[in-house]
Amino acid sequence: MKYLCLVYLKDAKLHAVPDRECLAASERLRAEGRVVAAEALHPVHTATTLRVRDGTLTMTDGPFAETKEQLAGFYLFDAADLDEAVSLASRIPPVRSGSIEIRPVRDLDPTA
Amino acid sequence: MSVDADTAPGDIAATVATLFRRDSRKVLATLIRLLGDFDVAEEAMQDAFKAAVEQWPRDGVPANPVPWLVSAGRFKAIDGIRRRARFDAIDGAGDVATAVEAIPDGAARWDEGEEIADDPLRLIFTCCHPSLSGDAQVALTLREISGLTTEEIARAFLAPPATLAQRIVRAKAKIRAARIPYKVPDAGELGERLASVLRVIYLVFNEGYSASAGSSLTRADLSAEAIRLGRLVVELLPEREAMGLLALMLLQESRRAARTGPDGGLVTLEAQDRARWNRAQIEEGLAWVERALAPDLPASRGRATATTPRAGSPAARFGPYALQAAIAAVHASAESAGETDWTEIVGLYDVLVRLQPTPVVALNRAVAVAMRDGPAAGLPLIETLLADGQLQDYHLAHAARADICRRLGRHADARASYERALVLVRQEPERAFLAARLRDLPC
Repeated sequence: MKYLCLVYLKDAKLHAVPDRECLAASERLRAEGRVVAAEALHPVHTATTLRVRDGTLTMTDGPFAETKEQLAGFYLFDAADLDEAVSLASRIPPVRSGSIEIRPVRDLDPTA
Repeated sequence: MSVDADTAPGDIAATVATLFRRDSRKVLATLIRLLGDFDVAEEAMQDAFKAAVEQWPRDGVPANPVPWLVSAGRFKAIDGIRRRARFDAIDGAGDVATAVEAIPDGAARWDEGEEIADDPLRLIFTCCHPSLSGDAQVALTLREISGLTTEEIARAFLAPPATLAQRIVRAKAKIRAARIPYKVPDAGELGERLASVLRVIYLVFNEGYSASAGSSLTRADLSAEAIRLGRLVVELLPEREAMGLLALMLLQESRRAARTGPDGGLVTLEAQDRARWNRAQIEEGLAWVERALAPDLPASRGRATATTPRAGSPAARFGPYALQAAIAAVHASAESAGETDWTEIVGLYDVLVRLQPTPVVALNRAVAVAMRDGPAAGLPLIETLLADGQLQDYHLAHAARADICRRLGRHADARASYERALVLVRQEPERAFLAARLRDLPC
């Protein structure tokens, strides 16, 4: 059975654990064959939130902000750029009733 | 390629300064595409102009300075990247192979032609990308396209310079991290994306337009800069709405001198001395309105890129800016306030209200109806809007009701509305105007 484990950090603690430690842990977990997908993310100010209401797509800067909305699912896309990511994300049906937050993935720096 | 190899360094410096004023943004736009990063490109652009100042006295001013500058900037940037890669390699840190791979392909065609011609457009669309906040779009546009410093932008928007600087840094970081593409949008999205650009330009214009009493030069410069940006966009993308916006800005700007009384007070459109309107701006504005509303747009000047939308495309007919400009044109064409063709204005609002069914547009239409048919005709429309609740906090709605009640001799109602408007108004000249109107009401 699959479990989605989400990592939450305060701004000040974003780099509390050095990337190389995260990479090492990730490698060990992957070696055990349990990891389906794992990525570090760029911080919240790089996010873009999508909503479609009445057939119109609106893009807002930043993360989804509705406190009443809860995480319901995820897609991890491979896209050439943000425009393509938006195009793909806008095809996720709940975009019409909720919000889709698009956050770019960050490559871990083995030297950090 | 070189001309006048014996030109004195002082003349060269003047030539370079002129080129910087005129073309530095163009050079920057191309360097951003070649180097893939705003900050790297900015540094490269500065280095290119420095190189020009150093080398042109010796080699002469090139016949085509822009490609020369782009080439010089690119060379310096690549040189810098290579040297930093070597440095990192010595440190044992960094991946030299990755760094070298990051250097743009030497075969990239950056010389004159379609590619380089589209770069300023790419820059504008990127700065105004809808995934950036409105504030960030404005700040980035003024920084990268207008070339204003962060201090100048901060001053113009009455924001702390540190906040502005942070906003721009964050915007660039997002462009980098989220990989906002540096391109002109595809035909299908062009209309919407252009709307984003025009919104930014109009925002800049309005910051400059709504000057407080004792308006600083900076505010008037902002409107002038917005008009300049408007012209740039029309030149690059002769779309109706771009023309409409340019027309609207020119026509509004034409009234700047007449809008302020000798005491710095606000003078309404009705009361303005039309002799003080800028005729050249009016003429140009009227010409652009005509083009924006013309049945057939002439073919785009020379540039046949795949992204140039066809004149008859769905987004092409009357847009909100073109309509607002048409309304402004009716005012501009009236020799005196009394000669204003309010019937035409109401007709234009009837169309605008369908395109932009917002309470504010409905309010403006109601005011026009009052002018055409008398205050008694406009009052119920305004009261309905106020009753709807959406304009409760909009001082101009209450000011409009107050004015109509005043004309109808309903002084108690006028007083109530002026008082409500005064609670809500934020700009000093407007406040003073409303206060005076309130004072002048017979008891």
